[in-house]
Amino acid sequence: MANRITIEVTRYDPAQDEKPRFDSFEVPLRKEWVVLDALNYIKDHLDGSLTFRWSCRMGVCGSCGMTVNGVPKLTCATFLSDYAPGPVRVEPMKNFPVLKDLVVDTSDFLVKLEKSKPWIIRKVEKPLDEEYFQTPEQLEAYKQYSMCINCMLCYAACPVYGLDPLFIGPAAIALAQRYNMDSRDEGASERMDILSQHDGIWGCTFVGECTQVCPKHVDPAGAIQQYKLTATMEWVKALVLPRGSE
Amino acid sequence: MLDISSHDIVLVGGGGAGLRAAIAISEANPKLSVAVVSKVYPMRSHTVAAEGGAAGVHLEDDSLDDHAYDTISGGDWLCDQDAVEAFVKEAPQELMRLEHWGCPWSREPDGRVAVRPFGGMKKTRTWFAADKTGFHMLHTLFQTSLKYDAVVRYDEFYATRLLVDDGRAQGVVALELTTGKVQAITAKAVILCTGGCGKIFRFTTNASIKTGDGMALAYRAGAPLKDMEFVQYHPTGLPFTGILITEAARAEGGYLLNKDGYRYLQDYNLGTPEPKPVLRTMELGPRDRLSQAFVKEQEKGRTVEGPYGAVVNLDLRHLGEKTINTKLPFVRELCLKYENIDPITQLIPVRPVVHYMMGGVHTDINGATPLAGLYAAGETACVSINGANRLGSNSLSELLVFGARAGRAAADYASGQKAPGRALLAQALDEEARLQTQFLRKTGGRESIAELREEMQKIMEQCAGIYRTHESLAGASGKLQELQERFKDIRMDDRGHLFNTELISALELSCMLEVAETMAESALRRTESRGAHQRTDYPARDDKNFLAHSLAYRDAEGRPRVEYAPVTITRWPPAERVYGK
Repeated sequence: MANRITIEVTRYDPAQDEKPRFDSFEVPLRKEWVVLDALNYIKDHLDGSLTFRWSCRMGVCGSCGMTVNGVPKLTCATFLSDYAPGPVRVEPMKNFPVLKDLVVDTSDFLVKLEKSKPWIIRKVEKPLDEEYFQTPEQLEAYKQYSMCINCMLCYAACPVYGLDPLFIGPAAIALAQRYNMDSRDEGASERMDILSQHDGIWGCTFVGECTQVCPKHVDPAGAIQQYKLTATMEWVKALVLPRGSE
Repeated sequence: MLDISSHDIVLVGGGGAGLRAAIAISEANPKLSVAVVSKVYPMRSHTVAAEGGAAGVHLEDDSLDDHAYDTISGGDWLCDQDAVEAFVKEAPQELMRLEHWGCPWSREPDGRVAVRPFGGMKKTRTWFAADKTGFHMLHTLFQTSLKYDAVVRYDEFYATRLLVDDGRAQGVVALELTTGKVQAITAKAVILCTGGCGKIFRFTTNASIKTGDGMALAYRAGAPLKDMEFVQYHPTGLPFTGILITEAARAEGGYLLNKDGYRYLQDYNLGTPEPKPVLRTMELGPRDRLSQAFVKEQEKGRTVEGPYGAVVNLDLRHLGEKTINTKLPFVRELCLKYENIDPITQLIPVRPVVHYMMGGVHTDINGATPLAGLYAAGETACVSINGANRLGSNSLSELLVFGARAGRAAADYASGQKAPGRALLAQALDEEARLQTQFLRKTGGRESIAELREEMQKIMEQCAGIYRTHESLAGASGKLQELQERFKDIRMDDRGHLFNTELISALELSCMLEVAETMAESALRRTESRGAHQRTDYPARDDKNFLAHSLAYRDAEGRPRVEYAPVTITRWPPAERVYGK
């Protein structure tokens, strides 16, 4: 293994630059280094103005999503040596406005997340000395959706979101489904209104890229398909059942 | 251009403690407007990395007194016992509240919340969500907080200064990362929930954001930092990365082995080895004692030399694939990803790693600091329920109990206060000017931010680690003063306004340097050994002189001045810490 590798990084400061460019840096190639370590090496030793987000460096905070050689990746969980002999190209996540260099504006997701009501909804809450029993099987029904770290790789990979930023998107739908499937929740019908709008689940053309890039093995594509089926059933029921009979 | 906004309460930090406080305020009084100022999106906060669980009495055979005793003895009698009593009483309710909010706690087959053993705990009382407890708690709190309309988020705003007027904290000045704008966010009360400062040390489990910002804000505003000499080393971190391998791995039955495959903890007054885990014994001893045992074992030449220093081995192989996959899936994922090791068939190399600050901003039992209107909760604060050594799984419960308490107390206080005065505007303008002259418009400069940070981390690791002496601590103190001087001559590559992370790094470093000085100074003056503070020149605990909290105040020259305050003892008089019996 060579002991150096070239990294090409997107540089863009909207206050100064007309358009993005690539800067090349040569960094040590160490077997235990992830792509994020190389970016930190650049920032600490070569150019302190290189701008990117990171925090936990253990694949759980969801800060450091970027595009590595064309693929959405968590850079703290992507080894540099996998790209030897290089060069490695690091770009911001696609489908989001770029704020600077490798930092994108993901605030749109927060708005959509809130819209999908990702909290337990109940008519009456039990008193605090009582728990809601939930068997391991009931837990399993929603558990994988609860593993979403909000890293936005699925939005970066989603061709539908790329074309229509109004699409509510994979993670928000998966998280809505996480609560719908939770045995403690009674809010599915409230979430239905938002999710079954045109920009909700029906926007998805089932490409499945979201599930492929998810670093935590969440299956947003599955959640969307499952939800489409539920929404269709509700719609059919509404047609078939006599009105005013409740 | 200075922006100004106004709320009833401003929270700095959007992790577990901050979000719990925000919700508590909204529940106490939905009319109060709450600002959550966080340098990262709240779900990125470091609570996300907590793994093993959250302690709270849950089973029939357990009692609040048992939990209190474990906590107090674990803290080597430096805990305030009134605070511990409140903590153990409220922890189960808080954990149940999270259950109601949707936290995916692991369950027994009949559907009840499951609990697991944990280090230093005599009863099984640690609630867990597999081995991603902090992650699930944080996301549950964050998602639940979204339903409260009065909670206004300032995501990616970095608080640079507390606004204090008329002897009261009345808001913060914060830098909006996206635009570079400076904003005065005024309020009738401020709650600091910024977490710890593990990044002061080179080898740490802490995320890059753990830079002691809230501690520094309080300290500079005149509030004291308490018990800063007590730094927790977690016994099992992965070499090089410092990634945490949760104590739950030992609670589920993992062994710690030296280079001969021997369960060496039996040589350190921690009991005798049994095939199955025994509470308060061996691998389920407290973290301070286990980390200290590692150093002794290393001195005996019985550790394994790895490429990143000495390690011992954590053996989970006998637990089997099913237990590892259901109870410890994240441990397996981390080992596979970062060490290329599968714990089902291979040993995990581990070494002690800086993990948690027992010390923090001095607060009372309601999160109030001595500065009126200023509150703190979570790792930023020191109540103290952790004393000289925190027990694993008490911190997640602590951030709930004391986050909620601080929120309620601040809500109460804010309701009786007038709106902040005009004098704050001048302070905010001063702060804006400071950021310009000291950083963005600064010319020249020879010192590299990264280099100063590395020198600080190195000296703190060498001199203020698991074992300390007068010489080592005096050396650290001198070096930190030198670094403070050199900091004035830093070089900035990035002078832009948009998302200037180099500016944030510089501001974080200045926080860490000040906080590190309080650690070195408090450690230097505590001439005894207690819990995580071990002085080889003063190896015994000294209750006569040091059954006391240290309080570090910032003096006129910007140096720490250490005073002492009594420890509150209610029902458990100081005694010997006994494990393995």
